[in-house]
Amino acid sequence: MDAIILQILNGLDKGSAYALIALGLTLIFGTLGVVNFAHGALFMIGAFCAVTLSRLLSLSHEVAVPGSVDFLGNPQMRDVPYIYEIFGESLGAGIIDWAVPLSILFAIPVMIAIGVIMERGLIKHFYKRPHADQILVTFGLAIVLQEIIKYYYGANPIPTPAPSAFIGSFDFGALIGFEAGQIIYPYWRLVYFAFAAVIIGAVFAFLQFTTFGMVVRAGMADRETVGLLGINIDKRFTIMFGLAAAVAGLAGVMYTPINSPNYHMGMDFLVLSFVVVVVGGMGSLPGAVLAGFLLGILESFASMREVIAIIPGINQVIIYLVAIIILLTRPRGLMGRKGVMED
Amino acid sequence: MSKGNLTRRGVLKTGAVAGAGLALPTYLSAQDSGFTNAPSGATVTLGFNVPQSGPYADEGADELRAYELAVDHLNGTGADNGMLETFKYADGSGTVLKGSGVLGKKVEFVTGDTQTKSDAARASAKSMIEKDGAIMITGGSSSGVAVAVQALCQEAGVIFMAGLTHANDTTGKDKRANGFRHFFNSYMSGAALAPILAAQYGSDRKAYHLTADYNWGYTTEEAIRSSTEAMGWETVGTVLTPLTQTDFSSYITPVLQSDADVLVLNHYGGNMVNSLTNAVQFGLRDRMVNGKKFEIVVPLYSELMARGAGSNIAGILGSQNWDWKLENQLGAKYSGTNAFVQSFGTKYGFPPSQAAHTCYVQTLLYADAVERAGSFAPCAVVDALEGFSFDGMGNGPTLYRGEDHQCFKDVIVVRGKENPENEFDLVEIVEVTPVEQVTYAPDHPQFAGGALGSCNNGA
Repeated sequence: MDAIILQILNGLDKGSAYALIALGLTLIFGTLGVVNFAHGALFMIGAFCAVTLSRLLSLSHEVAVPGSVDFLGNPQMRDVPYIYEIFGESLGAGIIDWAVPLSILFAIPVMIAIGVIMERGLIKHFYKRPHADQILVTFGLAIVLQEIIKYYYGANPIPTPAPSAFIGSFDFGALIGFEAGQIIYPYWRLVYFAFAAVIIGAVFAFLQFTTFGMVVRAGMADRETVGLLGINIDKRFTIMFGLAAAVAGLAGVMYTPINSPNYHMGMDFLVLSFVVVVVGGMGSLPGAVLAGFLLGILESFASMREVIAIIPGINQVIIYLVAIIILLTRPRGLMGRKGVMED
Repeated sequence: MSKGNLTRRGVLKTGAVAGAGLALPTYLSAQDSGFTNAPSGATVTLGFNVPQSGPYADEGADELRAYELAVDHLNGTGADNGMLETFKYADGSGTVLKGSGVLGKKVEFVTGDTQTKSDAARASAKSMIEKDGAIMITGGSSSGVAVAVQALCQEAGVIFMAGLTHANDTTGKDKRANGFRHFFNSYMSGAALAPILAAQYGSDRKAYHLTADYNWGYTTEEAIRSSTEAMGWETVGTVLTPLTQTDFSSYITPVLQSDADVLVLNHYGGNMVNSLTNAVQFGLRDRMVNGKKFEIVVPLYSELMARGAGSNIAGILGSQNWDWKLENQLGAKYSGTNAFVQSFGTKYGFPPSQAAHTCYVQTLLYADAVERAGSFAPCAVVDALEGFSFDGMGNGPTLYRGEDHQCFKDVIVVRGKENPENEFDLVEIVEVTPVEQVTYAPDHPQFAGGALGSCNNGA
């Protein structure tokens, strides 16, 4: 039982990342009708926002360590962050320690700006082009973006730890009546799940309860009519692209303590996220979230040794297998709408 | 009377052609011919085939730095002579390399990008051989690539000096007469690590293996399993993980449910960084199982991986081919280390990785073999390298065994440092396992199958 609970937690955690990326993908597809293969790159850029802020906060000058030499026999130098001199050593160290959560504030404007520039600068020229063209151009953009990141940050993963208060594991089992130590789960993964839930809730609330959201939903349903009412729907859709980029970026920021970010991490998530969107139903926001969590949980269960022993290799194909079954039985996906991508 | 066709012009033409024809054999022997890409001018071209893109691009960049340094030293154009000063033969005499090129020819190089993909690596090696006239191919950061390029070089008739490749297969079932490996292998990691694991963690341990699903993973798991089981450890679980896996949480949680008290991560590169980070996140390092502290083992270490894993690497045991601190910490037996570190550090500003070291050494070993053989012909180089004993290259006395073209030398057991002083000081040397303990018979079951075959001079 405890093994099952642990795998459900793992699935929810993985599903959080899938759902957040798929949510952004669906927002862009639903509003602008663009299949955005650069969305994984936005997730990756978000993660590198955390790396960048962490590096900015740690900007240092070198101070010689008395009586110590380096590997070439020169005086050993020690890095002293400038922030120590501004805020004092303990507060400075505390700020550096909290670099990842602080990066949320840094990433929101950066990601919205990148999203808007991407949409206005490139993607808007492909609105009326076939989906194949959109896929090609956005995929090309993703490769360009990841090569830029690799050029500046290298190919090696860059460790970006969570604040020390969140390092370690939480005894989840004790909370739900199990023996102590039976179900322990890392604090940061629980934080990630909670964060994803808040972001998903916020996006739905924004679309559901604000006038802006209402117009966007109306535009998603019938762009032409909304335009005829004198509403500048294009401007709103551009903002939605920026918001979708911010959602992907925030998913990336908070993911950095789970796995050290590298330039390729967006591509690792991209294909899976597309499967999630298709399984959820193209253009359906609740479908994307539901499918994200569903596939995350299934993937976790398929990785169990007992399951692999019965069906070898199932861990490598489960997501695609489920996608095939769902698309055979429900061709529009779990919550797909009639007429979307069927022309 | 017929005058025939004999004219002054005709005689001159015939004479010139006959003269050139008679002179041809002398010309050919003087220029060393009868093999692929026999150098005919004042230069000789080496092909450095390293990952310049993809996940191992940083490791490839370090390899390339080492190759450029080796070329500087071979041509005598560097700030110093690096290991040329320390490289010695078994009889104690120094290398015949004098920093004046190889066989009087200036060394030039071309580079290729393996992308850490076998097909791309073969394509770049092929291009360097066919278009650039490379006489030797070297480099790489993956066993899959090494095996593929080694086979290509065998067919093409050029020498392959492997870079970083650790799978047993490279000098086991996939060995080739034209290929040579200086780097150590999975068997040696197991043989070096097992006694130290038993000494540090006890001989009554239950191990759980997570293994990357490709040939290096299989041979490493097999090597570590057989070595640790021989020491009394029990293997309670082994799971293959997809190479593309990024989040290992669903593979780590079953470890928590098992009664294992050691987790062995047969992962390399990004896989290892992620699986180790995830294992530490799940509190495995703070866990007590069977009354013992839970431990994690990473059979093959690299400095870049340690950098990627950050503080999670602290206290984790693993093995390495070489470390830049060897000579300072363990003395003159590992001479050559400081000479190389000095050269590399002066040129680039930081200490070299073990990938850089093996690539640098391989280049010098090739050049030295050519000098000793007096020829660039692959079969002559093979003869010169087979059974060649040397010292002063940073690993202590080393043998290039003739039967499988594998180097035999001490293996370093390392541990992630608890409080590193800088990003190049992430591992500490725990112990050096002497070469006798990591030597195996050429027909050892872990290396079974395949044959060296005979060397190929190519065209």
